[in-house]
Amino acid sequence: MAPRIGVVRFPGTNCEFDTVEAIDGLGGNGEILWHGDSSIGGVDAVVIAGGFAHGDYLRPGAIARFSPIMAAVTEAAKNGMPVVGICNGFQVLTEAGLLPGALQKNAGLKFLNDWQTLRVETTNSVLTSASAVGDELNIPINHFEGNYTCSPETLSELQANDQIVLTYVGNPNGSVADIAGVCNEDRNVVGLMPHPERASHALLGSTDGNVLLQSVLDSVSVPA
Amino acid sequence: MKFHAVLDIQLHAGIADPQGSTIERALPTLGYEGISQVRSGKSIHLDIDADDAAAAESKLSEVCDTFLTNPVIEGASIRIVEAG
Repeated sequence: MAPRIGVVRFPGTNCEFDTVEAIDGLGGNGEILWHGDSSIGGVDAVVIAGGFAHGDYLRPGAIARFSPIMAAVTEAAKNGMPVVGICNGFQVLTEAGLLPGALQKNAGLKFLNDWQTLRVETTNSVLTSASAVGDELNIPINHFEGNYTCSPETLSELQANDQIVLTYVGNPNGSVADIAGVCNEDRNVVGLMPHPERASHALLGSTDGNVLLQSVLDSVSVPA
Repeated sequence: MKFHAVLDIQLHAGIADPQGSTIERALPTLGYEGISQVRSGKSIHLDIDADDAAAAESKLSEVCDTFLTNPVIEGASIRIVEAG
């Protein structure tokens, strides 16, 4: 049976249908989860899609983390369920305390909307298990607050624990240590600023995002 | 009692401030010399019901930690400016 991947929709989310489409294209079963529900409805994994949840008011993710569904997502994450945050979803996961660090305004204060080369730094995460260390992926970025920041102590921990999942080749936004994506210590929660769902079909200009989404599907698929 | 408060939210020292840096770089181009260490933040003004100023400050400190700031990168100073 196709793995069921819940894609969270807050008011202001705008990448949820693209994400569902990309998941379905890989043989998964993407379904929208409404932020106001207090259950994730028995899905096998959760993706928090990109956009501007709750208008990004106060700070991106600051209000979204208190949406009813986040309690269920947090509990599932603690129990080991794969949870991936893309762009605004990454911001939500850091605000919720499920991932270390925070995302700041881009250095240069420009909204960035461009193709970006990423490097896979570890395959030990639910997002990168199907890739190889050193793989370079061409995946779009689309953000104003993607400048990853954390304390020097946290950065040392991320490096020591192999929690830096993806880095930028040519840092576009000032992120510390070129970080584009990180995972938690248990490696089942991952956040990244780039949009793999926008690199999921040749018509979009790249299929490099599929290896990341496929990794999520693999992490919950029962071997036949 | 009702108190008015001003919350001054600033990035922690050592956290890069792209907005402050951009302002600082812009100043000399406008002819304003000698301005440095620019840090930008935000201020939130509000009214709060509390028994006394200390209780108001204590409650606002909690609100800042849980919601109004991201303690990973920001802190707030709380100023109770008048008692109504």
